[in-house]
Amino acid sequence: MNLFGLAFRSLLNRRFAVVLTVLTIALSIALLVLVEQMRSEVHDGFYRSVSGTDLIVGARTAPIQLLLYSVFGIGDATNNVSWETYQELANTSDVAWAIPMALGDMHRGYRVMGTDHDLFEHYRYGNRQALEFAAGRAFDDLFEVVVGHQVARQLDYTIGEPVVLSHGTGRTALQQHEEHPFTISGILAPTGTPVDQTLYVSLAAHRAIHIGWERGTRMPGAEIDADAARERADALRPDSVTAILLGLNTRAAVFGLQRRINDYRAEALTAIMPGITLQELWRITGLAEQILRVVAGLVVLAGLLGMLTVLLTTLNERRREMAILRANGARPWQIAGLLVFEAGLIAACGIICGVLLALLAQALAAPWLLTTFGLHVAASWPAAGLWLVLAGILLAGLVIGLVPALMAYRRTLADGMQVKM
Amino acid sequence: MSDLLRIEKLRYTWPGESRPVLDIAEFSIARGERVFLKGPSGSGKSTLLAAIGGLIQPDGGRIRFDNTDLGSLSAAARDRFRAEHLGVIFQQFNLLPWLDVRANVTLPCRFSRTRAKRAGDVGVAAERLLDAMDLAPEQRGKRADELSVGQQQRVAAARALIGKPQLVLADEPTSALDSDRRQAFIELLFAQIEAAGSALLFVSHDPDLAHDFDREVSLPEINRAGVAA
Repeated sequence: MNLFGLAFRSLLNRRFAVVLTVLTIALSIALLVLVEQMRSEVHDGFYRSVSGTDLIVGARTAPIQLLLYSVFGIGDATNNVSWETYQELANTSDVAWAIPMALGDMHRGYRVMGTDHDLFEHYRYGNRQALEFAAGRAFDDLFEVVVGHQVARQLDYTIGEPVVLSHGTGRTALQQHEEHPFTISGILAPTGTPVDQTLYVSLAAHRAIHIGWERGTRMPGAEIDADAARERADALRPDSVTAILLGLNTRAAVFGLQRRINDYRAEALTAIMPGITLQELWRITGLAEQILRVVAGLVVLAGLLGMLTVLLTTLNERRREMAILRANGARPWQIAGLLVFEAGLIAACGIICGVLLALLAQALAAPWLLTTFGLHVAASWPAAGLWLVLAGILLAGLVIGLVPALMAYRRTLADGMQVKM
Repeated sequence: MSDLLRIEKLRYTWPGESRPVLDIAEFSIARGERVFLKGPSGSGKSTLLAAIGGLIQPDGGRIRFDNTDLGSLSAAARDRFRAEHLGVIFQQFNLLPWLDVRANVTLPCRFSRTRAKRAGDVGVAAERLLDAMDLAPEQRGKRADELSVGQQQRVAAARALIGKPQLVLADEPTSALDSDRRQAFIELLFAQIEAAGSALLFVSHDPDLAHDFDREVSLPEINRAGVAA
């Protein structure tokens, strides 16, 4: 329609103010979209990591803490689960598989986990996917290590390379297990979970490198040499594991088994259903999320008010323009319509630019989230609910456009055909 | 021959004012007639033009235009009437600065289909009028605010004339021009008014311009409201 052409040309004439207004709205929309997207992506990312696990068992502790240190490498365990208990759990009739996790070593900032072949066979993430090897195979020899996708990528590792593990989970001043170098036997395919950030060795290897370290540091002369360790490999096993991931034969058994583990007499244990514990975690972070949402909403409101300010301040300068339009046959509602259309166009451009900006920010933040939390955050298109919110904002923009439109409407009626300026 | 415009007992008081600004017993314009309306500023010239344009609703009396009683029309119908039948030239600032010359000339055709239809091919009509108003082709793609005041007034005249309106209202269109250009402008305007068969109501306080018109009317003489505040 011709009128829209006019509105567009008029906006083009004031492009500097218009572009700034669009930018203001775009930034506010980007913030809103980011808060919402990051929230759901982080939730999804955490859920992906535990989606195939029915129960996580650790020493008696808070459920959220157990979840965070066992799966996500956030914080440390204060206590371990004894080997005997692990064995007993693994052999319980309801249990289909039990993946032991022995933590406590690092390699250049990445976690090292002692585990067994059940990990490669039974662990499931995301949509029930099993782990796959991008190259190589599982550890076979005692001093072989399997590395996650990100570990290999960041440190530029290939099959057969030697790796020296560090003792302890601190970030700096680590003691090295340099007397027992490992060889990379396999590199895992990317999973978008903390698996990508982890190195895996056998439980026997985990034990072997800690012989002589019973007091928390190296006792010179007490270590075992590599060949002797290989000979004894079948007998080598740790006294305890940090946590155990359990998969059950039937999901229905999960509540009963959880209660039995929590009531276990021989040892104080905690068993958690990861999905439920995640819900608890989100309840805690929910307040912060709400605050972020409110802040983002207020910023959007400020953006829209900024647009109103610009439209109102230009209204005086444009009084002559409106009188010209009116004298040439424009009806008052058409002039009001021009202003509403302008507001709508500014809001729409702001929303589109804002969404694009948010996608860009997500793409930029993704590597950081991946290396820090092992979370794979894709720059994803906003969900349907978010589009509804954006549509609401566009509507609000149009409603705000009504304010100058009504003022112009009344003014054009009062001004008549005179252009007195 | 019947009158194109006939005003009877027209009265108008601006909202909030106590004295009327217009009180005209009778005033008429014949088809194709060129009328010079003389009057000092504040004598109600602009108000009269607004009433004829249907932008204000008189308190009393009648304005008949081509056998249509403006008072009987709705506000929307008056807007349509203005777009269809009137061409308007102001003293200055006639053009939308952010449109090019051609788009400014065709502006009334955006608001009235009848006017566009009468113009035929709107683009061709605009070029022909700009030719007639002596505006060089290389000026026509420019933004309106890049033209000189004289050029702008000629563009405004072309716009007022596009689609052959029956009446052209000109509100001191030459007051911003120097005297040489003033005469040239009026000659160009007259030629095109005649070609379009339009009538012209030309308002000015400059009596020097009056001699070429068919008729000269002094507003203070017909307006009994006298000089308003």
